[in-house]
Amino acid sequence: MAAIRPRTMFEKIWESHVVFQEPDCPALLYIDLHLIHEVTSPQAFQGLREKGLKVRQPSKTVATVDHIVPTTDRSLPITDPQAAELIAQLQTNCRENGIELHGLESRHQGIVHVIGPELGATQPGMTVVCGDSHTATHGAFGALAFGVGTSEVEHVLATQCLLQNRPRTMEIRVEGTLPPGVTAKDVILAVIGRIGVGGGTGHAIEYTGSAFRAMSMEERMTVCNMSIEGGARAGMIAPDDATFNFLCGRPRVPQGEAWDAAVAAWRCLPGDEGAPYDRSIAFDAAQLEPMITYGTNPGMAIPITAPVPDPARMNDAVQQSALRKALGYMAIEPGKPLLGKPIDVVFIGSCTNSRIIDLRAAAKVLRGKKVSPKVRVLVVPGSQPIKRQAEAEGLADVFRQAGCEWREAGCSMCIAMNGDMLASGQYSVSTSNRNFEGRQGPGGRTLLASPLTAAACALTGVVTDVRTLL
Amino acid sequence: MEPFTKLTGRVVPLPARDVDTDQIIPARFLKVTDKLGLGKCLFHDWRYDAEGRPRPDFILNQPRAAGAPILLAGDNFGCGSSREHAPWALASFGFRAIISTSFADIFRGNCLKNRLLPVIVDAATHAALMERALADPATEVGIDLASRTLALPGGATVTFPIDSFSKQCLLAGVDQLGYILKHADKIAAYEHGR
Repeated sequence: MAAIRPRTMFEKIWESHVVFQEPDCPALLYIDLHLIHEVTSPQAFQGLREKGLKVRQPSKTVATVDHIVPTTDRSLPITDPQAAELIAQLQTNCRENGIELHGLESRHQGIVHVIGPELGATQPGMTVVCGDSHTATHGAFGALAFGVGTSEVEHVLATQCLLQNRPRTMEIRVEGTLPPGVTAKDVILAVIGRIGVGGGTGHAIEYTGSAFRAMSMEERMTVCNMSIEGGARAGMIAPDDATFNFLCGRPRVPQGEAWDAAVAAWRCLPGDEGAPYDRSIAFDAAQLEPMITYGTNPGMAIPITAPVPDPARMNDAVQQSALRKALGYMAIEPGKPLLGKPIDVVFIGSCTNSRIIDLRAAAKVLRGKKVSPKVRVLVVPGSQPIKRQAEAEGLADVFRQAGCEWREAGCSMCIAMNGDMLASGQYSVSTSNRNFEGRQGPGGRTLLASPLTAAACALTGVVTDVRTLL
Repeated sequence: MEPFTKLTGRVVPLPARDVDTDQIIPARFLKVTDKLGLGKCLFHDWRYDAEGRPRPDFILNQPRAAGAPILLAGDNFGCGSSREHAPWALASFGFRAIISTSFADIFRGNCLKNRLLPVIVDAATHAALMERALADPATEVGIDLASRTLALPGGATVTFPIDSFSKQCLLAGVDQLGYILKHADKIAAYEHGR
């Protein structure tokens, strides 16, 4: 009997989705789930119209509005005419093509990478794409999930397939138990701090090891979400009972006997013993600390107590210049920790950290206390179901009584397209995923952190090590 | 799509590394429903101050940038968001090719679909060309896609990598969607087999 080559989970999923591949050409991959939102889809649907094409598989397509929706009273008309037009076009496009749309009037509306798993649309072993780079989030379920541009959105709408060159594989292994105050967000910031914002380019990452096994699905989503910030095409975690328990009974998963059959198939997805990766990097969970970014990309991150790196100590002239520019933009001094730095805004939300466990973590820190009068705090749940659950658990009361603004679901201040934004020069501690120049508003200065750290900073009004408060 | 075969032209140097797509086109300009006219938003917050006045020391505001079809950018160009508005803005401004030591994956794919050629060179070639271009606004290079060559100032040529499928599509002016649709029967067969 011939030996069967051991395969990683990535290889299993990739190979089972190749429709065909000609020599010297990319593979044509079948896409099981196509998620769409209002910003990257209008031109794609327009392209279909111009070519006289229809959506091939409306039943494999799910839409929501998230990037430009206000997080204030939804009963009021949208004041931004461009935003209103984007929403109207998505409504028309979904209606004309029979696509399930969770618009503002839907009980399931929310950030696209939050509602996909909530609906049970995201499942192990699937290929999942969306016109949004944080699509990697869905890899937490053992799916091959990646972001695409609008042209590729059009390709998937028309053919349910994508041409893709096969990436290499990278294993990120974290063994051990995370210390108190150290969360999934801190793990992924530490990873990107190590590999750099281009370190994962050309690779699909698999996160392995006991630290990830111990995480809830929400925590795994936080990790996979930021794979793109390390430059990776995708990031995934093998499914297990935590995955199946999360999905069981959700609207779009198989039911009854079909559920049992699906779970049995999903149990075969984890990589085979000994399957090699193109690169492997290991971390010790016990050595990790709460993290914070100091610069203008997610790789510029340090442990919360560490000093900000000094450009004068860098050998590479281009790196030195980049760091000087970043510190100049941020008005941050090198050589000392950020602890004690006054901040203006705390944003708890985004597809990285807006799920119920993130809100519970922030509420744990804020319960019975008041935020600093110098800080504006926005708490934005990732979806309407999460909002309802947070209200039922009393978390919304905790936030309101602490002096936070409790908002409706959407991308909000992560991307600042809806009016939730920083004024020029303001500092935010944000549970989102990008601290690029101007990301949260022109001149805005973003410090990325976990919900625990963000809540701690909200209380004190300065950059704070949450471990001193726990 | 018009074929891309050769391009000779002046180079605009942008030495910064890790330039992300939020810089190339800030999110507030993504509320459009078409692909046109985004050149005026290109690098908006680096080009214009808070009052909307052009910053004189930003390279795109200098005379040498007008009509120059080639951008010379730092490592990991186009990282961050998948917004295809980034290559739309670059192309609308007038760029036809970008030279760097590396490109972010999604951005590179988006460029290839918009007839904007990403050219990868090694660090030594990049550094020499950047030094030359920063000193001399008339710096010119020549790109020949069929032979995958980049002709540098001074006469040297280097080869650049590009997968042969993307190369053939650009040379022929073929849209990828057309290629996929030719194989619709195989897609149907795959769907039936599940």
